[in-house]
Amino acid sequence: MTGRLKGAAQVLALALVAGLLALLVWKVATQEEGAAPKLGRGETPPAPAFRLDRLDQPGKLSLASYRGRPVVLNFWASWCVPCKEEAPLLESVWRRYRERGLVVLGVDINDLRGDARRFARQNKMSYPLVYDGPGNTTTTYGLTGVPETFFVARSGKLVCERLQAGVHLEGNKDRFQECVEEVLGA
Amino acid sequence: MRLVLAVAAALVLAPVAAACPNAADLEGELICPTCKTTLDQSDAPAARRIKSLIRQRVAECASEQQIKDELVAQFGPAVLAAPPRQGFHWLAWILPLAGLLAAALVVSLLVWRWSRVRTADAAAESNGRLPLDPEVERRLDQELARFDG
Repeated sequence: MTGRLKGAAQVLALALVAGLLALLVWKVATQEEGAAPKLGRGETPPAPAFRLDRLDQPGKLSLASYRGRPVVLNFWASWCVPCKEEAPLLESVWRRYRERGLVVLGVDINDLRGDARRFARQNKMSYPLVYDGPGNTTTTYGLTGVPETFFVARSGKLVCERLQAGVHLEGNKDRFQECVEEVLGA
Repeated sequence: MRLVLAVAAALVLAPVAAACPNAADLEGELICPTCKTTLDQSDAPAARRIKSLIRQRVAECASEQQIKDELVAQFGPAVLAAPPRQGFHWLAWILPLAGLLAAALVVSLLVWRWSRVRTADAAAESNGRLPLDPEVERRLDQELARFDG
């Protein structure tokens, strides 16, 4: 009886270890890589979907609602100094190209809602803004910080490249313009 | 008269003061959304803003739960350093305790079993019923036979 009990306990312990191991393997295997690394390898992955609260007006907004239009997707936060510096350039691009169908969409991450609204008002951001307080899009897009800017083609795929740091900076400004042209033509 | 008024004011205000939470305590119970450490250990810009909001709400004497609820509404439950004691989150509290209890039970059982075996061995030894190795027994017989002879 004791032998059988011992055997059962051993089987149970082994099953427990195997179960935990399987859980670990499953977690690692199914962990989605963010979109940014794929874009960095020259792929054109689909822009990860999201549906978030709007900051600039009541209601929700999903990225899918802009399918068929080129989108400049900018991630920002009110506590981010370069975000403030690049806001005028994003606003000017929105005003200049919206007649051609371009959308500049700002995603506010890891931020207080009130701070974000104040920031948008102070910086005269008139393009659509959504709020992602928990920062779920940081994982799906593979962000490393803010600001970061992506370009979504009419097909819903990410194109050109991910621009880290402010798009107004010398190192980014020309590339930003090229990507805007590319996404308009894609 | 002034003393009486001061005591009366202290008595009236004391419960209100006691109800106001401590900002430092809250900062140890909430996580910075960008650096994933508790707010009191973080100097990230996002953490500084949340700390500032907490101090403002504490000054307004909002309850600890109110402040936490407001932050959860904005940053999600991951902003809490410990899972809330409700619904599915109870598992996070119960499982480690259950594991510890189970481990303590197993260790107690094993210790009890080992001590029982050792006691039985000792009893068997003291009764002289411990079986001797045949070779040793043979040599012992030979030696005893030599003495007898």
